[in-house]
Parts: sequence; C-alpha cells; structure tokens
Amino acid sequence: MTYASRMVETLLPIRWPDRPKASYDVVIIGAGGHGLSTAYYLATRHGITNVAVLEADYIASGNTGRNTTIIRANYGIPQAVRFYKHSLDMYAALEDETGANLLHQTKGILWCAHTEMTMRTERARAALNQALGVETVMVTPTEIKSLVPQIDLTGGGRYPILGASHHLPAATARHDRVAWAYAAGAARYGVDLFQHTPVTALTVEGERVTGVETPAGPISAGVVLSATGGRVTKLAGQVGIRLPIRTHPLHAFVTNDHAQGLRSIVASTELMCYVSQTERGQMLIGAEFDAQPSYSRQSSFDALRGYAYKISMLLPFLRDMRILRTWAGLCDISIDYSPIMGFTPVDGFLVTTGWGTWGFKAIPAGGEGMAELIATGRPPELIAPFALSRFKADHLLADQGSSGTR
Amino acid sequence: MHSIVCPRCGRRSLDEFTFGGERRAVPDWITDPDERDFDEVFVFENPDGVSTERWFHAHGCRRWVTIRRDTTTDTILEVR
Repeated sequence: MTYASRMVETLLPIRWPDRPKASYDVVIIGAGGHGLSTAYYLATRHGITNVAVLEADYIASGNTGRNTTIIRANYGIPQAVRFYKHSLDMYAALEDETGANLLHQTKGILWCAHTEMTMRTERARAALNQALGVETVMVTPTEIKSLVPQIDLTGGGRYPILGASHHLPAATARHDRVAWAYAAGAARYGVDLFQHTPVTALTVEGERVTGVETPAGPISAGVVLSATGGRVTKLAGQVGIRLPIRTHPLHAFVTNDHAQGLRSIVASTELMCYVSQTERGQMLIGAEFDAQPSYSRQSSFDALRGYAYKISMLLPFLRDMRILRTWAGLCDISIDYSPIMGFTPVDGFLVTTGWGTWGFKAIPAGGEGMAELIATGRPPELIAPFALSRFKADHLLADQGSSGTR
Repeated sequence: MHSIVCPRCGRRSLDEFTFGGERRAVPDWITDPDERDFDEVFVFENPDGVSTERWFHAHGCRRWVTIRRDTTTDTILEVR
C-alpha cells in the first residue's frame, strides 16, 4: 500500500469495510470528486445508503487531486452558466454543510484579452453571465493593474492586454479536502468506500448491466455509475458504448513561495494559461493540454517550458521563481467541450464523464444532479442538457472558448 | 515524447509538428448509414495502447507523416 493511500486511511474518520457485500443498490466506479459527491448526495438528500464506491487507487488519486482547484462559472453558453453557477454557490456553502475546512477562498478571476477579437468574445461572455445573474464585468487595463500590480500590461511587448473579463465570485478550494469531506460525509451515512479495488469488467445480463467484477469478487448492483476519469472509453467500450471523447494529459506545476500576494487568479484565454497563488504562497500554474491524446502522466519539459514562457509574459516576476513540483492529469475531452452526464443506451449503466479541464468546479452540482437522476430516474433540469444523447440529437453544447484550453 | 524523427528531416523537436488526429475507420459491425456517419464524425477510438495517427511537419518539410504511438506511455513506435 502506498504512502498516500495509507495516509488517507489513517487521516479520514471513516469506517473502512473489509470487503464489499455481494450486492448494492448503487455501485459507483471511481472515488474522485464526482463519484464521492454523488454517493454523498444519494445518502444525504435521497436516503439511498446501500451504495459502494470503488476506487482503483486511493481516494482523489486521479484528476480530483491533480487539478488547479479553480472554481468559476464564467461560461459561454446558458446551460453551462446555470449549471456552474449552482456549483459555485454550493461550494460557497460546502464548508458549513460538511463541517470540513476546505480552505475555500473567493478571489475573482481575470481573463485577459490580447486582441480585439478576444475582447468581443469576453464582452459577450460578460453580457451572458450578467443576464443569468453571474457577476462578470469588463475591466480596463488600468483596473487590471490595480487588481494585479505585478502584471505587465504590454504582455512582454508581444501580448498587450487590451482588457479583461473579471469574474468576481471565482474561488479556489483545497482539492483533496473536498474529496475527503465528501468521502467522510458519505461514509457517515453508511456508504461503503473501497480503495485499491479496480473494476475489471462490467457484468451484463441480457441488455442490462447488473454489476461489476473486481479482484474482491463480483458485486451486483441495481445501477452502475462510471465516475472514472481517464479510462472511461475502455470501460464504456466493454458494453458497446462508443464515446465522443479523447483523453489528453494536462500538466501543472508550482513554484517556490512568492512573498508578494497575488490576489486574483490571472488567466488568458488567448495564451491559454492560468496562475493562482496557493495557501502556501506558491504560484500554481497550468495551461492547455497536450495536443496528442495519451494516458501518460509523465510531465514533459516541453510542456513546462511552453507554460513558463506564456505565463511569464504576463507576470514577469515568475522568471525568477523556481519550479518545485510538476504533475499531470488525464482530461477526458468531449467533442463539444462540455461534460456528459446521465443515462447511456445500456440499461443500468450511467456515466458522468467528459470532465476535461472543468471537473473540479462541477463536483457539488454534478454529484447532486447525478444523485437525483439515480434516485428519481429523471435527470434534473440543470444536468438534462448534458446527456449523452445530445450528440445524436444534434444538440451540442459547444463551449471550447470557456474551457481555458485549446 | 520530446521529438519526432521525420523521414525527410531527421530528429526534430515536437514543437515543429501539428497533431492531425487518429487514423480510424468506422467498424464493419456498424451497418446503419446514419450510425456510420455519426461514428465517423463524433467517435474516437481513444485507445489506451497503440494508436495510428497523422502528424504535420508544419515548421519543417510541411509534409504529413503517419506515426504509430503507444498512448499508454506516449512513446513513438514507428514513423512512416
């Protein structure tokens, strides 16, 4: 057992069952944010506690523990703005609800524009957000400078900053604490959590998924939900479901401490990079995902060099910082850059996937929506547009411009 | 993966290349014409293993190359 999984098991006030029961009402594959929040809301909102969450590695070992923890709702299509606004509001209340200290901090995010074309996009974004009750306003370079004194408004002479959309309620929260809060909350209500229990196959009877195979034995289930990140294509492929998803690695890194505070989160949709300051004072930097799909979590020098170049054009002080740690996660990118939540053509098998670079911010609302769907059999209004059937119905939710990646 | 050995230019930095997407065919078992169209437009094999794909040497010879790549480790197996 690895250090990280031992730490999770000793740290969390959770009852760890020895082995899974033969049968559960709901089996959730993947103990990341979405799997755990779905289990939590099934138990707390709908009284469904005969639930198992199976994790191949340890809790939050996937993308939940690898993202850059930004929570925002400044999306470019109404369905997404409504959904992420609800998630943002849920995050703001999550510390009170779970009693956990999630280091939730509202910081605001600046999306800088370097061309008139992007200014137009950002103006449209601000107008749409405001129409739906989300606080996103356009700010001038002077206002940007007063919010972030460290910024170089000439963008290194190459990417001049013409303005930005300022999304005020944007926040950050400690990612693994969010997962742990949901895990502990779900376990308190009787949900069984299992680490190091990979699902090796889906059990199919007739046209229906009726359970899963694991090294700890077969488990039958009324409903199987895939909340995996990275390997969903393979899992769904077992039951003949072909997904409009590619899996790309996305790298991130932190620098040593920056003595000066960086109040806002700074991003550029055009350069596709973003930076925020962690609670420890380190600068946390991410950017676009790799062009080629891959399942490798190896950070590459080329990616880091590219990120460092772009972000230091906006914040020149970063040139004097050192990279302390790098890592990578696997982004499931759907063809329209929006998530996929809900039923599949196979009975008994549900997915919450396509979380690309926008999964962490959606953990509360995604889990709440999936729990309601499982409990009632009907997708709630907020997540209904994100169904897998939208691709065949020609109701795509194209929103690449809000994803912060290529 | 840091570089690609271009058949014409030799070993060159990955920065010079543009990813052109996986090379795939709609499986034979999909027979319905609408389903075939859908699969062709929307679906990716997204393999966790060997992928055959096209890359464009944009900042080099400006020719397309076909690459077999192991996506599990992101290493190149063959360039044609």
